[in-house]
Amino acid sequence: MKHIVRLAASALALSVTLSGCQDKAGGESAGRDQIRAVGSSTVYPFATAVAEQFVNANPGMKSPIIESTGTGGGMKLFCAGVGAQFPDIENASRRMKKSEFDMCVKNGVKDIIEIQVGVDGLAFAESKQGPGLKLTPEIVYKALAATPFGKGPNTAQTWQDVDASLPAIAISVFGPPSTSGTRDSLAELILETGCQSDPAMKALKEQDEDRFKAVCTRVREDGKYVDSGENDNLIVQKLGANPNAIGVFGYSFLEENLDTLNDIPLNGVPATYENVADGTYPGARPLYLYVKKAHIAAVPGLKTYLETFAASWNPGGMLAKRGMVAATEPVRLKNAEVVKTLAALNGAELK
Amino acid sequence: MTATPSSSVRNPTDWKGAAMQKRIAGRYAAERRFKLLGMAAVLLSAGFLAFLLISMIGNGARGFTRTEITLPIDFRTAPMVVDPATVTAQSLVSANLQDVTAQAAVTALGPNGDTLLSPNAWLTVRDAILDNPQIVTERVVISVPASTSIDLAAKTDASAADEASYARLQQSGMVSTGFNSAFLSASDATDPTQVGIWGAFKGSLLTMIVTLLLSFPVGVATALYLEEYAPKTWWTDIIEVSINNLAAVPSIIFGLLGLAIFLNLLAFPRSAALVGGMTLALMTMPVIVIAGRNAIKAVPPSIRDAALGIGASPVQVVFHHVLPLALPGILTGTIIGMARALGETAPLLMIGMRAFIATPPGGITDPATVLPVQIFLWSDEVSKGFVEKTSAAIIVLLAFLLAMNGLAIYLRNKFEKRW
Repeated sequence: MKHIVRLAASALALSVTLSGCQDKAGGESAGRDQIRAVGSSTVYPFATAVAEQFVNANPGMKSPIIESTGTGGGMKLFCAGVGAQFPDIENASRRMKKSEFDMCVKNGVKDIIEIQVGVDGLAFAESKQGPGLKLTPEIVYKALAATPFGKGPNTAQTWQDVDASLPAIAISVFGPPSTSGTRDSLAELILETGCQSDPAMKALKEQDEDRFKAVCTRVREDGKYVDSGENDNLIVQKLGANPNAIGVFGYSFLEENLDTLNDIPLNGVPATYENVADGTYPGARPLYLYVKKAHIAAVPGLKTYLETFAASWNPGGMLAKRGMVAATEPVRLKNAEVVKTLAALNGAELK
Repeated sequence: MTATPSSSVRNPTDWKGAAMQKRIAGRYAAERRFKLLGMAAVLLSAGFLAFLLISMIGNGARGFTRTEITLPIDFRTAPMVVDPATVTAQSLVSANLQDVTAQAAVTALGPNGDTLLSPNAWLTVRDAILDNPQIVTERVVISVPASTSIDLAAKTDASAADEASYARLQQSGMVSTGFNSAFLSASDATDPTQVGIWGAFKGSLLTMIVTLLLSFPVGVATALYLEEYAPKTWWTDIIEVSINNLAAVPSIIFGLLGLAIFLNLLAFPRSAALVGGMTLALMTMPVIVIAGRNAIKAVPPSIRDAALGIGASPVQVVFHHVLPLALPGILTGTIIGMARALGETAPLLMIGMRAFIATPPGGITDPATVLPVQIFLWSDEVSKGFVEKTSAAIIVLLAFLLAMNGLAIYLRNKFEKRW
């Protein structure tokens, strides 16, 4: 049975060697030859697409590692410090908060480059012959929720049932299916906001996140909300045929079809780019990258990766094909300039 | 002598009597009921397993195939200038192969022909040129992957427009669906026609090696010490209870532990197979200890006594007799622990293995992902083409599990025969 002893000994020896490697790996943190990004799951598909493009256009470069941690979780990792063990890029589906910026500065991450890569969002629209509805997230929630505020099934048949100020038109909404990212935006930006108009639901969010999600984001299945597949064109056609119906789709689609569609203002705010950019329109949010300036020189390819992003964010570009909303031209030009000059963000601008 | 009281007279059991027959029938019925119940339980669990396997294989088998379009490209007239003598991957970047491929598709397949190809079809063209640079002076036919919608139309039902495009392609004989070897050799991608499982498979392999190397020696040594050497005191009682509790701790807790200690305190590389393996080793070790202790306990004391009696030292007793006899049982425990570790997702999410990693890991400190996390990532993807890829990845995971268990059972039987 000597060989068993030898086996055990060699296994032990191997694990000792292994722990030797660990020390080396920890000490090796001076350099890293691949880009690391963390953050929002909304930006994840765009970041991975650009990563792929980056590798294809630069053979020999290692593929960037994109981790989907959520914006908040990513900020914590991003702001933990400067060095190879900390990520280079934070993908964010909202602007950095002042508190997060302060945390970064405290940990030595002083120069942060902010790049807006595009807009994520959804718009509500009706045909030009439509009734000219004016909605709020609360009304949308009450009209579409499976069990509004968890008080039994939704019985509203017309918009008037939901809110007395609206006409007595049957509720009929064409929107994205549950597999769609647009549907996630509908749930997060509109339904959850509308749901939280009830203080009880706000309290529920603190206590039981799962139950909150179920009550606030489940959409009724009695035919008032129609899943219209991934094809936004189809929704536009449907709206032409049913002037009383409402369509929910990616914000870029509204812009392209303004000749046949009217946007439905939310909270009295029409869906224009300006309203989207400053955050007053509830259905949209800008998407950002935050990059450590100190890493640009240290991590090979980081600047090229940012340039690849800038080359992909135009309307009709690669990212738009994957469902991102392109920012307006001035914003794109301004951010392309930031990519070129790598100007750092002024923390005083943040809220 | 007094007569025996009539009450104490015992008549022999009347087996033929109606009451007795009824009781016997009742007992047999109870037995049949129990047997049926047991069979129903077995059938139910077998049914669930069959359902899982059939639906997985039904969906996943398609994931191993890919639809390809045979695309004729005439490089002589293509808008590109490449010198076949000096072709490198770098020089082809400026050759604008995207446009060349798209134009060839439009020429061959009509307007919108480029939308029938996978957006990364030009990579196949690039690889073909790298393989044989001479083709840039010729007209060649290259098989490139079709777009996801054509791929779906070829395999299942798709929208009417896609089905029509597919029917047109089929008529011209330019489309074929065959085994997708790239699925086994490529890594993660954003396009379902391009994805592969190799990166995640390699990540799983490296993680499992680290887990085994750490948890097996430590687990076996712990079990041996506790069974053979440790004095029976309140102190060892506490250790025993702690180990039993550790085996029942939810895996996510180990993930948090790994995050706090390995990443934040010791600054090990994030997303690496090394840290994943160490975290999973923490989880696997108590299982090995418990199984190992039971196996060691089951070794008859007479073996120890006999060995000691002919003059073996305690260490010789342990390594020459107890450990080899207990090894089959220890291996069984190790299989169970490793199988659980292989399928684990939650703790690995905490240490950053939930990432887009398109380059397979080269070593244990490289960023990696593992099979269950890859399945999780793909199931989250919006594109419909990922559904069958997810199922195919599950089949790969099951096959990996089966191979691992097979190896362990083989080793176990081998050791059993020797003693």
